[in-house]
Amino acid sequence: MVPVSYYLVLSGILFTCGVIGFLIKRNVITIFMSIELMLNGVNLSFVAFAAHWQKLSGQVFVFFVMVVAAAEAAVGLAIIIAVFRTRETLNVDQVNLLKL
Amino acid sequence: MTDSLHLWLIPLLPLLGAAINGFFGRRFSRQTISAVALTFCGAAFAMALYVATRFSSLELPHTELLAHWIRSGSFMVDFEFYFDQLTLVMLLVVTGVGFLIHIYSVGYMWEEGGFYRFFSYLNLFMFFMLTLVLAGNYLQMFIGWEGVGLASYLLIGFYFTRDSAASAGKKAFIVNRIGDFGFLIALFLMIKHFGSLNFGQVFSAVSLQPTEAAGRGLLTSIGLLLMVGAAGKSAQLPLYVWLPDAMEGPTPVSALIHAATMVTAGVYMVARSHIIFDHAPSALTVVAIVGTLTALFAATIGIAQTDIKKVLAYSTVSQLGYMFMACGVAAYSAGIFHLMTHAFFKGLLFLAAGSVIHAVGGEQDMRKMGGLKQYIPWTFLTMSAATFAIAGFPPLAGFFSKDEILARAYAANPAYWFIGVTTAFITSFYMFRLWYMTFFGDYRGATDHGQADGHGHGAHGGHGDPHESPMVMLAPLMILAVLSIVGGWVGIGGRFEHFLAPVFGEPTASVATEAMSRSTEITLMLISVGAAFAGFLLARLLYQQRPDLPQKVADALGGFYQAVVHKYYVDEIYATLFVKPLVDGSTRILWHGVDQGVIDAAINDTADGARHVSDVARQMQSGNLRSYAGWVAAGGALVIAYMIWMGVR
Repeated sequence: MVPVSYYLVLSGILFTCGVIGFLIKRNVITIFMSIELMLNGVNLSFVAFAAHWQKLSGQVFVFFVMVVAAAEAAVGLAIIIAVFRTRETLNVDQVNLLKL
Repeated sequence: MTDSLHLWLIPLLPLLGAAINGFFGRRFSRQTISAVALTFCGAAFAMALYVATRFSSLELPHTELLAHWIRSGSFMVDFEFYFDQLTLVMLLVVTGVGFLIHIYSVGYMWEEGGFYRFFSYLNLFMFFMLTLVLAGNYLQMFIGWEGVGLASYLLIGFYFTRDSAASAGKKAFIVNRIGDFGFLIALFLMIKHFGSLNFGQVFSAVSLQPTEAAGRGLLTSIGLLLMVGAAGKSAQLPLYVWLPDAMEGPTPVSALIHAATMVTAGVYMVARSHIIFDHAPSALTVVAIVGTLTALFAATIGIAQTDIKKVLAYSTVSQLGYMFMACGVAAYSAGIFHLMTHAFFKGLLFLAAGSVIHAVGGEQDMRKMGGLKQYIPWTFLTMSAATFAIAGFPPLAGFFSKDEILARAYAANPAYWFIGVTTAFITSFYMFRLWYMTFFGDYRGATDHGQADGHGHGAHGGHGDPHESPMVMLAPLMILAVLSIVGGWVGIGGRFEHFLAPVFGEPTASVATEAMSRSTEITLMLISVGAAFAGFLLARLLYQQRPDLPQKVADALGGFYQAVVHKYYVDEIYATLFVKPLVDGSTRILWHGVDQGVIDAAINDTADGARHVSDVARQMQSGNLRSYAGWVAAGGALVIAYMIWMGVR
């Protein structure tokens, strides 16, 4: 039996990778993938705890997260396409029209 | 109790005229405007005449209550009218001369812009002046007092597009405020010590007080403060500086306000308050000294002026000095007598000067006149009457009133008399200088003046020879000329003094005059006539027979002549002593220091501080998506770190 702390460390590493990718990458697709990585890092900790405590609620939550992630991916990719059509770039540093 | 004379109608009628012309005059034709103005002013004159006919049947002093005004505990001020012999004289002079000047103005102002405005102001002036004259208490008098100041301001600045006229109006208003300040303090003292401002009550309260011998005390203070007010309004030393500048106004205004009526308000006020002055001999002495010095001082300035109206302005200041000299030696009736004759001949002089200015197309410099006798004979004749009258030639009006004052001054103190006679000589000299420079010799002006003139007579600018004024201007001149000739005869044998005796009490000083031997009186009279004649001869010598002499005399006098030409540098001295420190103080301390340094700085610094803080905070809103994510991550890390720290503890 693998101890739960192993899963948690892996979850933390995945999440941190996501955060770092989000922060240092300029391409909006990569950023999007980083968000998925963070979500999945969280999902891993959910299922680890669900298995550890023998409770279903953690697994149910993972499904919710996956549904939201799928919806978010659909909407997000649509936005990205719309942005690319008008701005002709995927570099987030150039998508800065909202600043003061 | 005699029945009501409806005295309230007298001031209210001109006010109505002012309101009609002021509110609706813009749409009226010139004919309608003049009809309205003349009707209401004439109606006031008619009322004054009616009152004069009812005069003998009155119980004097006659008071009429119009309405209650201020009631505060035992202190009461009402709208009331006070009527006695002094009021009657003032009433007839103000309405009579005022009406004549209204008629004259129709002709003089006919081609000027703002015709309705002019007549509205003129009627407004009449309202305030009559309020002042008819007032039954000091507060009501003060309303009129301030009101005539306002009307004076409006009319001096009538040509408000001209900078000099606008600033002359402001100067008159501000200098008058200094005097009004004294007047107000005097009113406060009266309220505090007598509990009333009503003439009757104040006078009876004062008459119970003992005469103040020393130079300190309540009545002396009130008297001196009243004199400060009078010096402001009546252009006495040291507050006379506004009157010469007031000549920026149209000439009828100079005649009405700055010669015949408003400037005499100070004399009237001192005469009206004579009981206070009678009980404060020190204050009275100050009045006499101020008057005497002003008479001499202003007369000497008048010698070297070249602007025809400026000569007359300084002459007015000088003649007002005579009136105060008379009041100062307790010869109030002589002062009022001179006030009346002065209203005739000085009003006439100004109107005739206006006619001259009109004739030569707006030129006011006497050096560019000359030889006008043949062009404008009627103006010449009437102006001659006034010139001889003011110079004191018998049997014209000025002779009687001036002689009366000089005789009474002699009885009080020969020093006053000596300065008075000297002034009479100078007066005669500068008046005949004006007379010769204007009417005799050759015409020195350009006959085809194309130059635009300063007085808005642009329509006359292109005319050729000087031309006589229309009848509407000449008729008032002639009436005033007759009055200048015969106006003094009412004073023969002390009749005028006798008439006013009930107001001024027993003519104590006339006892002194009678005590003066007959021969002394005749000698004095001969000396003053001789002074007038000497002035005439000197002017004739310098400006008729030897026109080259004045320049030589001026050169010989050198610095003194320069000082006189520059009016003794009084304006410059005031500018250095009062105006500049005030302006500098206001600029440096109040404007730069308080306004900009404290008030503005507090607000601006607060705003600047907020902006600097915002500038820093604004840096977070970079628009860079990844930096936002960084902030979110840092915030999350902070929260987690906090929770861990709390958990460890």
